[in-house]
Amino acid sequence: MARMKFICDAERCIECNGCVTACKNEHEVPWGVNRRRVVTLNDGVPGEKSISVACMHCSDAPCMAVCPVNCFYRTEEGVVLHDKDVCIGCGYCSYACPFGAPQFPAQGTFGVRGKMDKCTFCAGGPEEHGSQAEFEKYGRNRLAEGKLPACAEMCSTKALLAGDGDVVADIFRTRVVQRGKGAEVWGWGTAYGSRQAGQPPAGAKS
Amino acid sequence: MTKRAWHILGAVGAAAVLAACGEKPQTGAGVQHGAPLYQGTGSQFMAPGWKAGDAGSWQQELKARMQHGQNEYNRVR
Repeated sequence: MARMKFICDAERCIECNGCVTACKNEHEVPWGVNRRRVVTLNDGVPGEKSISVACMHCSDAPCMAVCPVNCFYRTEEGVVLHDKDVCIGCGYCSYACPFGAPQFPAQGTFGVRGKMDKCTFCAGGPEEHGSQAEFEKYGRNRLAEGKLPACAEMCSTKALLAGDGDVVADIFRTRVVQRGKGAEVWGWGTAYGSRQAGQPPAGAKS
Repeated sequence: MTKRAWHILGAVGAAAVLAACGEKPQTGAGVQHGAPLYQGTGSQFMAPGWKAGDAGSWQQELKARMQHGQNEYNRVR
């Protein structure tokens, strides 16, 4: 069974925010909720790096561990999803997530915090696949349509890769071998527990 | 009033008073998991080239889509 994973290639990301726009448009995400965003390190300094960040659908997801109502579940493909009918909007997952993925719409009176919203890997939710109820709560279910996440498919430089982890790793490995640099995958070790990539050098401050 | 009537009256009274001590079972639906993704959506937006309900063909479709769409080395080499 495929294990779905994300990778953002910092050597390729040009901070165009195409992935952010694709996600917003595909799922009609409300104003103030950003399932995906682009973060630039050392902005304005020569050699700056940008990475596209969203829920990484961790192997050992901290959000699942801290949720007091157990609204999270994991699909057979490793996609971490949640049931908005069970979520109480407490925000614990937001504090636990190392990627800042959980979002909380504040559309109500007095800025009340609503139910959590996050990247679904374009896999919808527990509602019937492709139904209107699923779309309104979780957005489009592209995976059930035989497609990949919209952010990755729209990425102009193919910096953002999404899909079966083995294929993702294979594509990325080919790139690194061809160009001879840039093997560091930010977030990969945190999300999937790899000790081979994404780890800071020994003795370095995180 | 007879002794039997007192017993019946006491039982009815106890039932009325202790009814509030009962607790309804809290058996909510719990977290739903939904159907497997390879079941498809049945909509007109389904990608062609795979059969809904067949997990193997669904996985192959996604892998092929990745190689075609995200691995440009396949095209340039």
